[in-house]
Amino acid sequence: MKLKQLEGLLGSLEQFSSPKIELEQYPTGPHIASRMLYTAETSYGDVTSKVVADFGCGCGTLGLAAALLGAEHVIGVDIDADSLEIAYENADDLEVDMEFVQSDLKSLRWGDRIVDTVVMNPPFGTRTKGADMDFLCAAMKVASGAVYSLHKTTTREHVKRIALRDYNASSAEVLCELRYDVPQLYKFHKKKVVDIAVDLWRFVPGKER
Amino acid sequence: MRLLTHNMLSSNIKGVTQGFPLQIEVTKSITKQVDFNPDFIKNMLVKVEWKALVEAARAMGYGELPETVEVGMVEDEDFLRKFHHALLEIHLEEGFLVCPQTGRKFPVCKGIPNMLLNEDEV
Repeated sequence: MKLKQLEGLLGSLEQFSSPKIELEQYPTGPHIASRMLYTAETSYGDVTSKVVADFGCGCGTLGLAAALLGAEHVIGVDIDADSLEIAYENADDLEVDMEFVQSDLKSLRWGDRIVDTVVMNPPFGTRTKGADMDFLCAAMKVASGAVYSLHKTTTREHVKRIALRDYNASSAEVLCELRYDVPQLYKFHKKKVVDIAVDLWRFVPGKER
Repeated sequence: MRLLTHNMLSSNIKGVTQGFPLQIEVTKSITKQVDFNPDFIKNMLVKVEWKALVEAARAMGYGELPETVEVGMVEDEDFLRKFHHALLEIHLEEGFLVCPQTGRKFPVCKGIPNMLLNEDEV
């Protein structure tokens, strides 16, 4: 599948109808999502025929992108039932198979053997401090191949240090810097659209845990 | 929910040490066809918890999997297709996943297991 085609399909997905600020629910736009998964597959072969988990999947955009690129088994995990319902409908509309589990990532207990790749657009941790790193911690425990994640560019040094020192990453690399356009979703947003600089990361979990 | 997903989940209640595998109570199951990918399925053979899969498949009414896997079976296509079917095609649509240690039931609705814990379980 071509990048443009993937972006087009993701552009048709339903997004949060009433986003919840306490969960920092922001949709992952088709531009970012398509590039994230396309890069993961074309540069690293981390998607096609793999088991992929989408952590904090929201409306399912990243996981569905993985499914469209031929992932064999895709599981979206989210704490919020309303999001999972939309994600479920989105999978149905695209006619792809995606599995869902309703769970808090902090209390998720999975083996570290089956999932190859975790993809995620975690909360940036502006509402609940450290939420971004809690997600990364959970992802690094589960993935056996690689973790792809988005983090604010302003946190780059911090993310790198924690990933290598505390989460036993054997590598932590920024693949590119993207503009994340945050639409005016919440009442406290004063501007129509705000661009935030975010890094697309690829982490490789260490062998010993 | 495919049995591959079941094979990854365990009860995450505080204090539970034997949370795997979750027992299955079936209200409704469905079958969805998936293309057979021999490389993927061979790779899964060394990753899944075999005994848990056999029991789960049996709970879902599928008793075609052998109790143990032997080395030569990786080249046996008939066996691999049964494994493929059990792992990817059988879905628990409605029912419960039951914690083997406490008996706590996690509901499965429209194929989505709800693993959220109550405050006193975290």
